Amino acid sequence: MSKSHYKKLGYGLLLLLFLGVFGVSCTGTEQAGGRKDAAEKVYVAPGEYDEFYSFLSGGFSGQVTVHGLPSGRLLKTIPVFSQFPENGWGYTEETKAMLNTSWGFVPWDDAHHPELSQTDGVPDGRWLFINANNTPRVARIDLVNFETDEIVEIPNSAGNHASPFITPNSEYIVASTRFSVPIPQRDMSISEYQDNFKGTISFIKADEPGKMDVAFQILVPGYNYDLAHAGKGPSFGWAFFTSYNTEQAHSLLEVNASQNDKDFVAAVHWKRAEECIAEGKGKRMSGKYVHNYLNEARIAVSEQKDGVTVLYPSDCEGLVYYLPTPKSPHGVDVDPSGEYIVAGGKLATVIPVHSFSKMLKAIEDKAFETEVDGIPVLKYDAVIAGEVENPGLGPLHTEFDGKGYAYTTAFISSEIVKWELGTWQVVDRIPVYYSVGHLSIPGGDSRKPWGKYLLSLNKITKDRYLPTGPELAQSAQLIDISGDKMKMLLDFPTMGEPHYGQALPASLIMDKQVKFYQLQENENPYAIRSESEARVERDGNDVHVYMSTIRTHFTPDNIEGIKLGDTVYFHVTNLEQDWDVPHGFAVLGARNAELLIMPGETRTLVWKPQRVGVYPFYCTDFCSALHQEMQGYLRVSPRGSNVPIAFGTGE
Amino acid sequence: MTKQSRILLIIAVLALGTMYVFPIWKINLDAPQYPEGIGMYIRINTIHGIKPNDLDNINGLNHYIGMKRIEPDSITELKVMPWIIGFLMAFGLLAAWAGKPWMLYTWTAVFLIVAVVGLVDFYLWEYDYGHNLNPHAAIKVPGMSYQPPLLGSKQLLNFTAHSWPAFGGWMAFLALALGLTASYLEIKRRKNRISVV
Repeated sequence: MSKSHYKKLGYGLLLLLFLGVFGVSCTGTEQAGGRKDAAEKVYVAPGEYDEFYSFLSGGFSGQVTVHGLPSGRLLKTIPVFSQFPENGWGYTEETKAMLNTSWGFVPWDDAHHPELSQTDGVPDGRWLFINANNTPRVARIDLVNFETDEIVEIPNSAGNHASPFITPNSEYIVASTRFSVPIPQRDMSISEYQDNFKGTISFIKADEPGKMDVAFQILVPGYNYDLAHAGKGPSFGWAFFTSYNTEQAHSLLEVNASQNDKDFVAAVHWKRAEECIAEGKGKRMSGKYVHNYLNEARIAVSEQKDGVTVLYPSDCEGLVYYLPTPKSPHGVDVDPSGEYIVAGGKLATVIPVHSFSKMLKAIEDKAFETEVDGIPVLKYDAVIAGEVENPGLGPLHTEFDGKGYAYTTAFISSEIVKWELGTWQVVDRIPVYYSVGHLSIPGGDSRKPWGKYLLSLNKITKDRYLPTGPELAQSAQLIDISGDKMKMLLDFPTMGEPHYGQALPASLIMDKQVKFYQLQENENPYAIRSESEARVERDGNDVHVYMSTIRTHFTPDNIEGIKLGDTVYFHVTNLEQDWDVPHGFAVLGARNAELLIMPGETRTLVWKPQRVGVYPFYCTDFCSALHQEMQGYLRVSPRGSNVPIAFGTGE
Repeated sequence: MTKQSRILLIIAVLALGTMYVFPIWKINLDAPQYPEGIGMYIRINTIHGIKPNDLDNINGLNHYIGMKRIEPDSITELKVMPWIIGFLMAFGLLAAWAGKPWMLYTWTAVFLIVAVVGLVDFYLWEYDYGHNLNPHAAIKVPGMSYQPPLLGSKQLLNFTAHSWPAFGGWMAFLALALGLTASYLEIKRRKNRISVV
């Protein structure tokens, strides 16, 4: 036997061992708990609708995708933090400003956690929020048109990971530093981390569209703040954040940040923060950030801001407490009743569940172990409600079904573990393929989960689909949780890397969808309301083309008088007033993007002629039987030419 | 005229009055691409879409096959119809008040003529829209015309056109039926009286 044969044999034995340990059976039929039964549960017949909308973060794609459940069908990609040449998002004059930051225009980001707006602790279908991790920001998506309509940057932050978890009436969404940094930023040695690097926990006012803003920040010790969830019911007014790297390592964190037996869940009393700020205990700290929103003409505008209100825990007693939590916890999840706070210690051998009522009692009794920078550390035994034994290896994230059970992902053992609240007993487990990160149950982090399905968002795909070279789509798996036993129903590939998803019943949003924009309400200053207003106007070296589209022509479709050195603004208004009749606009030599213009909307593309000649433009969205005839020509004359501006259609 | 005839006539006049409030006719179009439906209502003085932009969208579709735009403001019938119905109502009330049988007969006869002329005119209007096509239209199907049905359903390329009276139209037919009934009863009663004498 050659060396490679031994190697293969070795891998084979390892695999057998793996299968033996976890009792995994790999035939599709068994994974799916009976093919026919599973197929019937996820089959959505042609013309019928899915029961749930599911919003998955795009991770490194920077966007959000919308899938229907139980079918897993992709319904839409919503561009958020990354430019999207497909429809011009981040390229058009109307959307460019949405990607402005204090660092300038940023065309991408890493989007992790979608979060639905809530009323009374239940998803209400108004908005979806999502965080940008790299250039710390949060975005709001309006669920009447599935468009991003607001993005606010978070100053004094780095790695906005524990975000944008929401309070029960959408009062605030939260944000925090995954990476502690010098605050305020300054030139200093990295080795001086321990005394100088800080974290911030931010509360962003979220309940009024167009008015998102950083309400206040709390300066906290320099750990890595990872995930969060707001309290509800009895724990209303509080929010909980996991932290790791309480070792305060600044290098080789995989080892150096994995030494302490316990890190902390930070319990933040945001109602108390409001009081302290009202009492004038907040301090003003500089910090540049940008707020982008759609104005009344639906054009993105940027507002430069500087300075935030910062609270120091030592100045505001009762603001923050640390709950010791094993070990490098990731998720922190509050059960539907609001009493239990579940932490997923990714290196822990148990799932610790803290009790909110015990926490209040411990605070009252001053059952403190120690204090860090004015933050009391509560005694573990004084706050713990129970520990789930044998929860799988690498527990990360927990959601709830509203029927007394919790479901926790185990990354390393690649499974989902179902356990009972109160008894802390594991009652069922199911393998997932492979290595799940977060899971998503519709309303599963709210006061009233719709506990029918569970979506497992897996990190490793390998052989799940037809192979597509080295880069594979991330895999999601749908699990039926309506009965005592979890049942695997479906695999489907996703876009980007969904770190987390949120889902809600389709009935909450499907009937309020905008089908098209009212042309008469189009307030874009370059909009036209009929073909008779179409025109070309020269203003120095700028040429403004007021163009219309309707099936199946552009007006004007012949344009002359453009010269080298000009900047041409194509302001294209789609005059259609019917559902699902977008038109596209593409012009030869465009180095930015195309346009997709929804009915009743105006979008502007900037184009700079580079060569003398006659160039075509055309519609890129198959709009009608004569779509292929929907085109025009643009004449580009030499610099200094005296060809006059001329334009028309059908003349 | 008997009290009964007078009451029937007054009800007929009231039924005619609904034509000012409710659409008279409804033409709707079914096609696979329009699951939400598209169509128009004809009222006493205007035409409008069933949904706000339907008429513009029908005109947009019709341009492919060269049909004229439906412009309510340029349709003479829609200007005249309110006056004709108004006249019928006034005359009907007058007849009921005066109680003269000849007035009832005249009213019914005039209404009948108006109804027949109206339907013929509607047919001709549909004929004109369906046949008088722009020779430069993009879609030309040899031998195909696009006249919607006067009453009932008809397949026109990918659309099925349905044409039926709407509430106001049914009320107009009811009014006519009441006029005819009243006239019939009146004539029958007078015949009986004559035969008795």
